[in-house]
Amino acid sequence: MPKRTDIKKILIIGSGPIIIGQGCEFDYSGTQACKALREEGYEVVLINSNPATIMTDPDTASRTYIEPLLLPYLEHVIAKEKPDACLPTMGGQTGLNLTVEAYEKGIFEKYGVELIGAKYEAIKKAEDRGKFHAAMTKIGLDLPRGEFAYSVEEATQIAERLSYPVVVRPSFTLGGSGSGICYNREELEKTALMGLEYSIVHEVLIEESILGWKEYELEVMRDVKDNFVVICSIENLDAMGVHTGDSITVAPAQTLTDKEYQMMRDAARKVISEIGVETGGSNIQFAVNPKTGRMVVIEMNPRVSRSSALASKATGFPIAKFAAKLAVGYTLDEISNDITKYTPASFEPSIDYCVVKIPRFAFEKFEGVDSKLSTQMKSVGEAMSIGRTFKEALQKGLRSLEIRRFGLGGDGRDKVCGHILKTREEYRRFFEEASKDKEWIRRIGTAIATPREDRIFHLKYAYQVGMTTEEIHRMSYVDPWFLEQIRQIVDLENELLKTSIQKVSPELLRQAKEYGFSDVQLAFFWGEKEGAVRALREKQGVEAVFKLVDTCAGEFKAYTPYYYSTYEEEDEAIPGDREKVMILGGGPNRIGQGIEFDYCCVHAAFALKELGFETIMVNSNPETVSTDYDTSDKLFFEPLTLEDVLSIYRKQKPIGVIIQLGGQTPLNLAAALEANGVKILGTPVKAVDVAEDRDKFKKLLQKINLRQPNNGISTNIEEACEIAKKITYPVVIRPSYVLGGRAMEIVYDEEQLLKYMTHAVDASDEHPVLIDKFLENAIEIDVDLISDGETSVVGAVMEHIEEAGIHSGDSASVIPPYSISKDMTEEIVTRTKDIARALGVIGLMNVQYAIHRGELYCLEVNPRGSRTVPFVSKTIGVPLAKLAAKVMVGKKLPELGFDKEVYVPYVAVKESVFPFVKFPGVDIILSPEMRSTGEVMGIDQDFPRAFYKSQDAASAHIPNDGKVFISVKNGDKDNVVPVAKKLAEMGYPIVATRGTAEVLRKNGIEAELVLKIAEGRPNVGDLIRNREIKLVVNTPSGKGSVLDEAKIRSLAVSFNIPCITTLSAARAATLGLEAVRGKGLNVAAIQDYHALLANNCVNPTTH
Amino acid sequence: MKAWLALEDGAFFEGRGFGAEGEVTGEVVFNTSLTGYQEILTDPSYKGQIVTMTYPHIGNCGINAQDEESRQPWVEGFVIKELSPVVSNFRSEMSLDAYMKKHNKIGIQGIDTRKLVRVLRDQGAQKGVLSTVDGDRKRLVSKAKESPGLVGMDLVKEVTCREPYELGQDLSEGYSWGLPQIRTRYKIAAIDSGIKFNILRKLKQHGLDTTVYPASTSAAEILKGNPSGVFLSNGPGDPASVPYMVETVRELIGKVPIFGICFGHQILGQALGGVTSKLKFGHRGGNHPVMDLRTEKIEITSQNHGFVVDIDSLQGGEVELTHINLNDKTLEGLRHKKHPLFSVQYHPENSPGPHDSDYLFERFYRLIEEPERV
Repeated sequence: MPKRTDIKKILIIGSGPIIIGQGCEFDYSGTQACKALREEGYEVVLINSNPATIMTDPDTASRTYIEPLLLPYLEHVIAKEKPDACLPTMGGQTGLNLTVEAYEKGIFEKYGVELIGAKYEAIKKAEDRGKFHAAMTKIGLDLPRGEFAYSVEEATQIAERLSYPVVVRPSFTLGGSGSGICYNREELEKTALMGLEYSIVHEVLIEESILGWKEYELEVMRDVKDNFVVICSIENLDAMGVHTGDSITVAPAQTLTDKEYQMMRDAARKVISEIGVETGGSNIQFAVNPKTGRMVVIEMNPRVSRSSALASKATGFPIAKFAAKLAVGYTLDEISNDITKYTPASFEPSIDYCVVKIPRFAFEKFEGVDSKLSTQMKSVGEAMSIGRTFKEALQKGLRSLEIRRFGLGGDGRDKVCGHILKTREEYRRFFEEASKDKEWIRRIGTAIATPREDRIFHLKYAYQVGMTTEEIHRMSYVDPWFLEQIRQIVDLENELLKTSIQKVSPELLRQAKEYGFSDVQLAFFWGEKEGAVRALREKQGVEAVFKLVDTCAGEFKAYTPYYYSTYEEEDEAIPGDREKVMILGGGPNRIGQGIEFDYCCVHAAFALKELGFETIMVNSNPETVSTDYDTSDKLFFEPLTLEDVLSIYRKQKPIGVIIQLGGQTPLNLAAALEANGVKILGTPVKAVDVAEDRDKFKKLLQKINLRQPNNGISTNIEEACEIAKKITYPVVIRPSYVLGGRAMEIVYDEEQLLKYMTHAVDASDEHPVLIDKFLENAIEIDVDLISDGETSVVGAVMEHIEEAGIHSGDSASVIPPYSISKDMTEEIVTRTKDIARALGVIGLMNVQYAIHRGELYCLEVNPRGSRTVPFVSKTIGVPLAKLAAKVMVGKKLPELGFDKEVYVPYVAVKESVFPFVKFPGVDIILSPEMRSTGEVMGIDQDFPRAFYKSQDAASAHIPNDGKVFISVKNGDKDNVVPVAKKLAEMGYPIVATRGTAEVLRKNGIEAELVLKIAEGRPNVGDLIRNREIKLVVNTPSGKGSVLDEAKIRSLAVSFNIPCITTLSAARAATLGLEAVRGKGLNVAAIQDYHALLANNCVNPTTH
Repeated sequence: MKAWLALEDGAFFEGRGFGAEGEVTGEVVFNTSLTGYQEILTDPSYKGQIVTMTYPHIGNCGINAQDEESRQPWVEGFVIKELSPVVSNFRSEMSLDAYMKKHNKIGIQGIDTRKLVRVLRDQGAQKGVLSTVDGDRKRLVSKAKESPGLVGMDLVKEVTCREPYELGQDLSEGYSWGLPQIRTRYKIAAIDSGIKFNILRKLKQHGLDTTVYPASTSAAEILKGNPSGVFLSNGPGDPASVPYMVETVRELIGKVPIFGICFGHQILGQALGGVTSKLKFGHRGGNHPVMDLRTEKIEITSQNHGFVVDIDSLQGGEVELTHINLNDKTLEGLRHKKHPLFSVQYHPENSPGPHDSDYLFERFYRLIEEPERV
């Protein structure tokens, strides 16, 4: 059927900020959808609050609204744009939920918007557990037994009927929020209560536990003619009980016979038909009893998902792109397979390799959190790897994770139940002894029985202490097939340990590489350096070859150069004649390194393509646009390690490598790459060293006469105490060479310092700690700059809302600055250019400053693209990363048309989004340690409105009425008065604890007194639970989950009550409220804002 | 144990042997199915062929009695990337390695199977030798060249049954899916050129009780049993090398409803005046899109054929082309405008492969019920 011509304009709803359970896979799918629909001639309107995405680039959609994903904004956009149709399946659960809400409020009907891709009824049927249950029963599919509960009592009654353990699943949540396995009544009561709160319909399903069953997923597509294809089957290594997002997953399914697989396929077909997804992709999850083969349906997502992004990358089949085309009426046979060109999309990909996805966690960021993996997703990102065998893919995947591991152990980083094994001697001795030690065997047994992020390593240790496959399977539920693969790795490792670099046979060396062992591991086994192993391999001709991902297992010729490395005979990545540039991506998403860097890499690929270069992308993150096969000319889906990057470099021979756009991951490789003869493009590698080496950095700042907080550097506790005493407390302390403020802390006295020093060493063992004077109550400034080596232009000066000391990635920041003088802004611009010149920056640079008592201090310089590059680019309408890539290959800024600063006549606010709701009990206060997972942008004509929008977008909607609870630390008590006054004037009743209440009353503000949690009942906790309090303003006097105030904060998070933890944010919030109350909301497309700039509507910032 | 594979064009692979020892020749082909190696091994259509699986991990689920497609494996040799070190499936009864040994079949693992596939794709299916006893490249390549290959070979006589038999004997229960139909049952005849068990199971499930005849059985002999329909099975080798079967079928046309699958389709095509030819490297896998030209619906089909009925050789007559392969636009199905008969090139009985084409068995049943409603 040809495409529909009755619709012209299509609205796509994005997924908003990156949060746990909703990563950048929706940027990938949304971008594909926008491109696909525009290719077909449709006008595409996009709403998405996340500025760090490719989909919100002004070129991606026709009209781009960077606005909060909330009903009022959506309605404004619809009213303004009058789209004919809305495609709701590209924006994850957020997009679907907003669609359901809008549909139920009659918005689509009111404006005559048709839902395409998935109708309301289909969404409801898939998402509403009751309806889903009924639908599955109707088509004769088996489900885990279960019933719905609407209260805790009901839940316990049902559990008793089913018998423990039971699983609690709240209806309508994302990433499995609030779900869990309960082994007893007490656990159930707690989990059910939480689940009922999380569910927007206050409904939880209490289900028989199918813990330990095998878990599978099918990614399927269906078109309007009921043609149906399975794109990919996925089998989880972690059995049922661990959220699929937190599981190691493998494609294709490994332990199903054709009969069982086809039954699953039949079931999937019935499911998608019954749910009524007429066009597009869905994800269907199954569990299979390993003993009987009983198969049950777990759930279905009537939209593209994290798994469909994975399936797309795993097979080369672009699900989102095709889903968009199906939604406008095409059938699968009418779409051609991009990869083979001559065959249609109506087929099922066959693959001739094995794909492994491994989740990336960030538990170290959340003190006191339960790191046990369960049915609620906790991972923040993932790496995917491809190998010809599972063993190879698994080891490659582990070294892609950016957890400083180089395979499945044996890399000098092993930690057996916390016991560190650094050298080969320690390693050998330990396993020799532990295998005779019952206590160690018991401890390892416990470690494999409890799913945690490092369990995969412990499965291997279990073999190394002599456990059998059967024992390990019994304790871990991991399928024997996977376990035996690990056993093979262990067996080969034992052989490798017995030999040496001098004696190893070429056959054994080759086999080790086929098993995915990295040079680092081999060097560890032989007590050698990585370089020596590489030299040996080169001598013996044991080198990686590159194979194509082609959707068809080699049956047809493939035209898309999408490669992975392996150790076999034939190499398919034959380099062509064009000049090539290699771009290193950022690896898996994690806190501190998110989608922003992928955005930069994608722009580099686009920019260099424009200049006629052949672009080579190297990355390991399946969620991203950078790993889409049509982003660059060649895609290498590979780990970002020295070995893997060098293999590609030496085969492809690019003119150079871009390392400054992928965040810290490629930057950390820079020196080693250069030492191995790799040409690094842009800013010289030594600039990185100058910026990160304290002494060199100090000298640089002295040379250009720029102040920095007093500081020192220390490798031991005594020295640290001395330095701190000299520069006076409070001090900021952190390990060197880290991203995202890992283990960074503000320390107020020696006691705290000693405590820190004992655990900081672990955070970064090779490097010393840095100690800086902490500037209290200073304004923090962030600056992004681009330079071609001659001309430097500041992209934007951003002022943070939160004071210095809170990680820049966690602060809200504002363009243009809203409180500093014009002279100061000018000074900042000048100073930043001085730094760039002194460092020899070619490309991007980010500088952080503090303004303390009117003086400018330089805090940090990063000679690379920063997290704020997309935010700045979208605000000023200039694609900085694109320009950066161009200057790195020799273009000059004046010829690129960007030679002076852009001052915007509007205001943009970037706000951070936190995963606290996934980590109950964790204190939510902001600190130098970054903990946000994503960001949103609010843009409007003035600061208050832009800020208000940013809060709305970050799901911290400031309520229009209701009680506000205020409790601030002593230092803030006077300053909170004007804020409280304004809130009271706007009619918010104020509730406060004794100290704050006294101050407020003294200043004539009426405040209801409420007890602290420790003071008795009813207390503030009860008011939060009863949802009497609608907003919490609480500035912390200390950190730690034991504090009364911390309990209040985490309670507020659990009950989804916005909690403001800094006075500056509270001030901004009241301003925002005032502004919006006065005039109401307004929305505008980013293209309209940029048009103001094109029309020379220049309005330098004044205040 | 080392093993070697040599192709007639000179390509040579060294790997490790599994299963039995020895040396075999055959046409080297590849199959892209991710699942179903047991069904592939036991499909009689693979007689005369050395089969390469493109998916690297093979043997993961072992072997079980229910998934057998005939009484024994028929492939000449089996080529894979990696044999599973363990069997993990609740139905497994035996490892692949043990099964191959038991049936004296040679396997090779540890070679660059993707390279082999690329060679076959570019050069076309090749004659080859698989050996665990001779590692001399030159010698093996010349043995490959001298081997008979498939063109002109009547391999049906190797795989067909010796005596007629009723459905039920020799047929394991199977891992059934779909519901058995409770309705009027009909007796039909099947001409066995290498029939797969799942065809018999599907016929039975759809209400057809089958008597299986040796491929050389004459039309008169078959008609003597007064069958309500005749089924033409899949089979190995060159369809042009069995004129006796074409003759039999020609005599049956118009007298009884006929349904042919794969080799049976090629025989029927010839009986209707068509010509068969050899595809470059054939269709073998479980993911081939076929369009039913009447409904324009797409089936994902299970395929295994190296020969094809030339689409042009049947144009313009009383034969209607009903199905087409969307990958290479080759003929996948036909029917007669006057006589009650139809056939498909692919495998609606699946095993291995998707169940999308199950409706064809139903279509056969309906044709038997009302032959006049062609």
